[in-house]
Amino acid sequence: MNTLINAPTQSKSVLYLDGVSVSFDGFRALNSLSLFLEPGEMRAIIGPNGAGKTTMMDVITGKTRPDQGEVIFDDHVDLTKLNESEIAELGIGRKFQKPTVFESHTVADNVRLALAGERTTWSALFGARDLITDNEIDTVLERVRLKSHCGRLAGDLSHGQKQWLEISMLLAQDPKLLLVDEPVAGMTDAETEDTASLLRDIAKTHSVVVVEHDMRFVRALDVKVTCLHEGSVLSEGSIDAVSTDDRVVEVYLGR
Amino acid sequence: MITRHLSSLSDTGSRVFLGVLLAGALYVSVCNLLLPETHALHVPTHVVALLGKYLCYAILAVALDLVWGYCGILSLGHAAFFGLGGYAMGMYLMRQIGDRGVYANPHLPDFMVFLNWKELPWFWHGFDFFPFALLMVVLVPGVLALGFGWLAFRSRVTGVYLSIITQAMTYALLLAFFRNEMGFGGNNGLTDFKDILGFDIQANSTRVALFVITVAALALTYTVARIMVTSTYGKVLVAIRDAESRTRFLGYRVENYKLLAFVISACMAGIAGALYVPQVGIINPSEFQPANSIEAVIWVAVGGRGTLTGAALGAVTINFLKTTFTSGFLAPYWLFVLGGTFILSTLFLPKGIVGTASTLWHRKRSEAAPAGEVAPTPQAAE
Repeated sequence: MNTLINAPTQSKSVLYLDGVSVSFDGFRALNSLSLFLEPGEMRAIIGPNGAGKTTMMDVITGKTRPDQGEVIFDDHVDLTKLNESEIAELGIGRKFQKPTVFESHTVADNVRLALAGERTTWSALFGARDLITDNEIDTVLERVRLKSHCGRLAGDLSHGQKQWLEISMLLAQDPKLLLVDEPVAGMTDAETEDTASLLRDIAKTHSVVVVEHDMRFVRALDVKVTCLHEGSVLSEGSIDAVSTDDRVVEVYLGR
Repeated sequence: MITRHLSSLSDTGSRVFLGVLLAGALYVSVCNLLLPETHALHVPTHVVALLGKYLCYAILAVALDLVWGYCGILSLGHAAFFGLGGYAMGMYLMRQIGDRGVYANPHLPDFMVFLNWKELPWFWHGFDFFPFALLMVVLVPGVLALGFGWLAFRSRVTGVYLSIITQAMTYALLLAFFRNEMGFGGNNGLTDFKDILGFDIQANSTRVALFVITVAALALTYTVARIMVTSTYGKVLVAIRDAESRTRFLGYRVENYKLLAFVISACMAGIAGALYVPQVGIINPSEFQPANSIEAVIWVAVGGRGTLTGAALGAVTINFLKTTFTSGFLAPYWLFVLGGTFILSTLFLPKGIVGTASTLWHRKRSEAAPAGEVAPTPQAAE
């Protein structure tokens, strides 16, 4: 019965978290966290280690069940009742903190497996995915500039290229909402800038949540920022407002 | 679609493998049946049975490689499926003895007469009928794998924990089948078989026929496994092996993929066991020993994990060594040889015999090709 919920606000939301709490062995990873994301919005999440950023992603993608609170996707779907693959099918894609690609497959096959379409064992055995053309794969790889690498094994890519490949796999899934955890960790300055422009480009057609520590990168994204601390929202607003907020300076940015 | 599936057998490895099997089957049957015993090239019947046994192990190894090599499920309980398939065939062979047993009881196998049982237990009914026994050969291991796998994969038991519970499964079966009250011959198991489908089980021609059927079963097992691993399904299996949570977050129902591979692998192991029993002449609870399952893992590792052909080659090689080193003056050293082979292959051939050979082969080919040129991938003809 909980799957249909009257939206408490007038405007539509792609993601709506209300009073979400999670604790592990007494440690409160999330403490009555609330967050509201409009369709088409890109949001940057910052906060010190242990603030609950990754746990929040885990709750949204069904990896962790919240102890209490609501997690609503697209105004009506209760995510707390679904598992990872069901949530992925709804259209929520996730990039992990550590780049995670299929290392013994080629770059092209990584994208092939990610592309939207049937995912049952039966269709996989009898070849529905074989109908995917190289064209579709190339289109995705072009966006992350990996087209010339399509025949290489994903395990042979550099760290930054793996990050991009993973982002391209999210794109191939064609989700409504992308959750991107630390996309520029371990990247050079040039790669970081490229990634920022890539994400701004993606945000034109998708809702995006980006978790990142790199403040220059967050500034380059130029979007609304939410700072988490001890499992709840400490401050929210433009990058300038948040980065000058005394409490944020106190716990996170340092004086 | 047929062409697409056949094209999965068009690689060099498959051609060599299936070619060797066909040639071997022809050579052995001709040289056993048509040449006189005094002829230099005559293949004695006991060698035919021994080769048949090796090939049964090769089927088991291919089955194990499907789940371990491609999906990362390290099953240490595949001997359980092998044993269950073997018992299903053994029960049929027991029923074929009829009144030719020691106690000459037309209704009950000897061990039941010995235990003073008055009638056949319900689960022995139907085993007089060969097609029913054949069905049980795949159904019993398959259903066990389905139930076990469903619970384990749904609860996300992976890695070493899964290995431990598969080991516990085969050990539990070992203990159960040891009990006389279970009705499977207890400690002694099932033996003293007379004939199969009316043919004398000791006759040369029956031996050769069983050998040829085993070759065919290995070829079929290989073909099915090869079609599976070269399809998108196989790519998803490898994806699960490399990054299970990534696969899950892409929307694949990982447990279904694992379960299908596990069940098909168990059915293959059951077939291997069923072919093993008439050629070896006995099935007893020792087949469920945890050590047997671990030995099967060594075959696959030595031959080359994730290659299928390597698994079969490893099984035959190690078992040939086992035969050599468990007879005569070398007998006390077999376990050292087995352990040594495993350690040496882990150190010097981490991808196994076939894995290493194919890496060298590809390196040589890419050196021969002009720099920068990518080897053309064969396209399936439509």
